[in-house]
Amino acid sequence: MLKIITKVAVLLSLFVFSGVAKAADTIRIPVLNWSSQIVMANVLGQVFEEQGYSVEYVPAESASRYEAVRIGDLHIAHETWESTMALPFYEAMDKGGLIDAGSHNLITFEEMGIPNWVIDEGLCPGLPSWEALKSPECAANFATADSDGKGRWLEGPVEWHGDVMPNRLKGLGIDDLWTVKFAGSADALWAELKAAKAEGRGTVIFNWSPNFTDAAGFTFIDFPPYFEGCRIENGGTVETTGCGSPKGWLKKAAHIKFPITHPAAYKFYTKAAFTAPMIGLMADFVDSQGMTHAEAASAFIAEYRDTLDLWKN
Amino acid sequence: MINKVNQSRPIQFGILFFVFLITYFIIPHSENNYLWRLPPLLKAIPNLIQSLLDNLMFEWFTIPVWDPVWQEYEDKTLFRQITRSISSSVLFLIIFVREIILGGAKTLAVFTSDALSANKYYWPALPWTTVVAGAAILGYQLQGIRLALLAGLGFFYVSVFGQWEPSMQTLSFILISAPVCFILGLSLGIWGFLSKNVEAALQPILNVAQTLPHFSYLVPVLVMFGIGDHAGAIATIIFATPPMVRLTILGLKKISPDVVDSGLMSGCSKFQLMFRVLIPTARRDILIGVNQVIMQCLAMTVIASFIGARGLGFNLKVALNNLKIGHAAEIGICVVIIAVILDKMSLAWANKQKDYFANLNFYQRNKSFLIFLIVAILGIIVAYIGTFYFKGGINYFYFVPFAKGLSISPFLDAGVDWIWETFFYTLNSFNIFLLTNVLVPMKNSYLGMPVISTFILVMGAGYIIGGIRSSIIVGSLILFIALSEYWDRALITAYMATFAVLASAIIGLVVGSICAQNKFLTNFGLMICDFFQTFPSFIYLIPVILLFGITDTSVMIAAISYATVPATRYTIEGLRSVPSELHDAGSMSGVSRFQRWTNIELPLAFPHIMLGVNQTVIFTLMMVVIGALIGTEDLGQLIMGAISRKNGAGLGLTLGIFVSFMCLAVDNLIRTWADERKKLLGIE
Repeated sequence: MLKIITKVAVLLSLFVFSGVAKAADTIRIPVLNWSSQIVMANVLGQVFEEQGYSVEYVPAESASRYEAVRIGDLHIAHETWESTMALPFYEAMDKGGLIDAGSHNLITFEEMGIPNWVIDEGLCPGLPSWEALKSPECAANFATADSDGKGRWLEGPVEWHGDVMPNRLKGLGIDDLWTVKFAGSADALWAELKAAKAEGRGTVIFNWSPNFTDAAGFTFIDFPPYFEGCRIENGGTVETTGCGSPKGWLKKAAHIKFPITHPAAYKFYTKAAFTAPMIGLMADFVDSQGMTHAEAASAFIAEYRDTLDLWKN
Repeated sequence: MINKVNQSRPIQFGILFFVFLITYFIIPHSENNYLWRLPPLLKAIPNLIQSLLDNLMFEWFTIPVWDPVWQEYEDKTLFRQITRSISSSVLFLIIFVREIILGGAKTLAVFTSDALSANKYYWPALPWTTVVAGAAILGYQLQGIRLALLAGLGFFYVSVFGQWEPSMQTLSFILISAPVCFILGLSLGIWGFLSKNVEAALQPILNVAQTLPHFSYLVPVLVMFGIGDHAGAIATIIFATPPMVRLTILGLKKISPDVVDSGLMSGCSKFQLMFRVLIPTARRDILIGVNQVIMQCLAMTVIASFIGARGLGFNLKVALNNLKIGHAAEIGICVVIIAVILDKMSLAWANKQKDYFANLNFYQRNKSFLIFLIVAILGIIVAYIGTFYFKGGINYFYFVPFAKGLSISPFLDAGVDWIWETFFYTLNSFNIFLLTNVLVPMKNSYLGMPVISTFILVMGAGYIIGGIRSSIIVGSLILFIALSEYWDRALITAYMATFAVLASAIIGLVVGSICAQNKFLTNFGLMICDFFQTFPSFIYLIPVILLFGITDTSVMIAAISYATVPATRYTIEGLRSVPSELHDAGSMSGVSRFQRWTNIELPLAFPHIMLGVNQTVIFTLMMVVIGALIGTEDLGQLIMGAISRKNGAGLGLTLGIFVSFMCLAVDNLIRTWADERKKLLGIE
């Protein structure tokens, strides 16, 4: 008898506690590991708090957060980059539960490129045109110990865009001179950039703009223009797959119930459209001026009070 | 001749290797040849696991749940309701502890069912001065002045370096997950001790839970329990409980029957026998279990932050993304400090004898608590004075905010720069040499290995070491991987692990042997081992890329720096446990120091050292998978990538199980061998 009572008590207490997350009805915002994303989370959060909601910042990981938004454990995912996150974003939308809450007011660009010192030191004359990559002398300057004598492109993690870059090398007919290595994380890309600069050696890496590298000088390579369906996975052929990257969007995702549970917050969220200089400023407050993320958000709100108020009403 | 082969292992291994080489070169490399690669018969497994999880979470056994948002009943699965209830309870406890230390009143909102009461009422955070003093008093109460100094100084460091808030977030998280691990581990251990069937069922689960790479179960945990501190805590519990279970079973089994008899003769009930007699007798092993739980919990801080755990781990990830190595190292030191303090305190608490005969008055009994109250009031007064003294919104007597404290990171960064400037070009030529002459050829030879040769080698080794039983166990573990689509990737993982294990074991053996020479070096060595076991291994990732580029070398160096720890630790412990009488006996027979090492100490310590190598294998594979963050082409790359795929949970788990099976195969061989040596030496 005692056993049964204990069991029932345990089960009951579980259900009592299960009210915790819902009772507070806090808006849960994911924070990732780069400055502008965290500051933007804090900006949104502080505005939500002005509107009378309570807010919680939840450490997350960039790809898996879409599943969390879909099942309602997170309310929003506010920085969604087309070329690196479109896949999990649309997969979550397919399964149902995640909605597209509009785009930020900027055009993103994500492409292979070189830091400016590579051009200044003439490591590959003719850059940023891709035709320069056809020269074997150029490729040799980008070889590494494990690249089998070929020049190395350092692409982001393979889950970002699969085989797009290896296919592009084939499409451009330069896969005998160049090879693609997948880095494991964005951190690895930045570490490679720093190491290459310290050593004064050339490197071709995947990068995007707006990003903190814009300030230090980074040039994207000019590839043949992108058009719908040029890539192999979109029905293209080896002849067309040499095309470059499209100009992309930066979207905001939300959980499907968010507009109903937090209408004012959703209205602000869907109207909010940050621009490239705004995002740059967010990162700059933290990276160059040494503010904490919350301070940076307050400073940002003070700076753009009028714009934010427009979005609120 | 046959007799000779039967008796000599080296000859047996020689023959095995010869057969292996013959098959290696004879089998043609063709995709249709089953001797070269087996067909992927088991390729449906990831999807099966995925659909099982999906069905459990979203389809099977639904119950209607009222949804206040849509204003209608929504079908939710029972399984999901249960997992979510568990999450909420865990989350409630974590927030409760956190609010005591850091302030806030969210837990209050649960009982008032008022969403905004969290904002209306606010429990203020304790001033850091009070918590530092409290830690010191607790240390003094538990053991004495040394622990008081350690705890006080440790928390003082954490505070003045501006890591207070994240550290206390991590601490509150550990203060919940570690006791849960302890209770869960102890109960499962007792259950396993009482019932042979339970023990047999527990073994494989424990084996897999301990060797499964963390990243492979992050997505399933995230889907089942939801993102947040509770998910991090649950992932931590999965990882940190197995050693506790194992050590509890081990400790209870070692108890001699006399102890049980004397307990029964004194008229113990079943319950009393267990908790008053057996568990106190097994305390030594159980305490090692507690130590392991704390170490493992803190080792998970960074990984837990991938699925929502707040605190030091998350800040460390942000620092690494900005390439702030010095800052990351500072955070790492905080993790180590918390680990050391918790470890020493729990040990002191467990060792404290209860004085049944003391006749104390109220003041004597509650002296420490009263002193703490006085200190707390003093701390609050000082903090209040601080509000007048410090202008500009930051009261340093109350709370040192993140990034506003002292920092040694400029020195650490300068140190990293100095290492780069001084050693880069030497290291770079070493790197190129290693890659072109060792790693790339080694990788190619692993990839060029026909599947049948692998089986001959692995199962043959199993047969030689442990007979037909070992051979079959090892063979079936490997067969499971060979029948998947990912055999080539598994070979790359195996190549990286082989190299890193060999290097770690050699370094560990040498360093451990040197440290074991005298008591001072031994303690120093073990302290360093403790440090590196809890120092978050993620911090190595960036410096190794700066020094060795995005290459396999970087992954190897990161894995070796982490995996050398157990090899060193077990070598030290093994060598120190050789009885000094044997040293004397050796000296009297006229052996030199070196002969004593090779002919007496090493053979006797061999079984223990092999257990260290066993741990090294597990640590290496864990780190090789984390090395995917640098950039690899092995199973780890797919496990990382699985986080963002549609069938990610299933794929990640399957590949994680592959890695786990590789660990278990090696584990089986090493353990059988070590047990056999133990029997021969009469230890045991």
